[in-house]
Amino acid sequence: MVGQQQHGYWVIWATFFLAFVLAVIPLPPWLAWARPEFLALAVVYWTIALPHRVGILTALLLGVLLDVLEGSVMGQNALSLGVVALLSQVLYQRMRVTNVWQQAAMVFLLVGINQLVCQWTQNLQGVAAPSLLFLLPAFTSALVWPVVLHMLRALRRYYEVS
Amino acid sequence: MGLRALLMVFIVAGLIVADLRYNSLERTRSILDGLATPIYWLADIPAEITNWSESNVLSRGQLIEENDRLKRENLILSGRSQQIAALRAENTRLRALLNSTALLRNDVMIAELIGVSPDPARSEMVLNKGAGDGVYVGQPLIDAEGLLGQVVEVSQYNSRVLLITDVTHATPVQVNRNGVRAIAEGIGVLGALEIRHVAATTDIEEGDLLVSSGLGGRFPVGYPVARVSKVTRDPGHTFATIEASPVAALDRIRHVLLVFALNNPTP
Repeated sequence: MVGQQQHGYWVIWATFFLAFVLAVIPLPPWLAWARPEFLALAVVYWTIALPHRVGILTALLLGVLLDVLEGSVMGQNALSLGVVALLSQVLYQRMRVTNVWQQAAMVFLLVGINQLVCQWTQNLQGVAAPSLLFLLPAFTSALVWPVVLHMLRALRRYYEVS
Repeated sequence: MGLRALLMVFIVAGLIVADLRYNSLERTRSILDGLATPIYWLADIPAEITNWSESNVLSRGQLIEENDRLKRENLILSGRSQQIAALRAENTRLRALLNSTALLRNDVMIAELIGVSPDPARSEMVLNKGAGDGVYVGQPLIDAEGLLGQVVEVSQYNSRVLLITDVTHATPVQVNRNGVRAIAEGIGVLGALEIRHVAATTDIEEGDLLVSSGLGGRFPVGYPVARVSKVTRDPGHTFATIEASPVAALDRIRHVLLVFALNNPTP
């Protein structure tokens, strides 16, 4: 790890920026609960692909930015994304060898945990979700995972990010 | 990795406590909001394009039709407003007789909605006007129909608005018909408000218009807030259960009016 040349680091941040835009892009009301957590997906991918570049501290920084963007409690998304990054770092060797749908199942769990942590911190503020619909993004995120995986992998190979 | 995880827990706990318990991150937030502005602009581009095409890609026939409709509306509205000057003068005279202060007109500024809260459990919006345009925290905002909410966060170029239907928002109202005062609380659903702690014998009926009462000093008096949609009086309960639906088009608006109220808290 030490002395390894870093290359194409900006690509990682470009994908995070895109994820931020997708996180606030207006959706029709019937889709509002189903918005996939694109930022969490990007964090999972880059943590698995380049665990020495993207990890908990990156996730914390991104989380704080997402908190500002969404106007949620400071630290809410920082905590949830931090947990997701931590778990992905623990799991990355296993995630790399499984096929895409097994990965999607893991992503389902990871984003589900992300949603739960967000819900807990929101409860501290007194905003409780009216139903279990807040877990729906875990499902939709798992559904879009294959697409995200192939796009980010293509980007990483094309720009030789390391 | 264990060390990093520990560090993360400390940082996050510090952030949450600082924000929720001591409210000490407002300044940081408003600076970082500057970074968020371009993201909201980008995310708004599809809606912007739809809007543009709706107003530019129109046939001549549609334009003529719209023009006719607007002319008719204008005629009706100016007809109605003819008497307003006289009524206002009369009102001022009567108020002077009663030794109460004159009601002044509130100035307004048009702002455009550039984003809505991505979290469907919250009712928040982002506007394209910020501290640079004179927007301040606590400023009320209305649309053509009634009260929408208030500004909760201001950065240089945009501001964040809490709608009256958010679970954390409560609006002091009074019944327009008889002046009964109440508090209208949001329940987290865009089309509904709940009036709590109203005695079962209070005179509130379905269809009553609730206007802002001005108590609390946050909202100016007399803006329509909601219309009572359902009143349930159960003899077993001390309080009546009252539901109301906001008169402002909370889910369809694009342009809103920021009201510069008289009790502007900023110097």
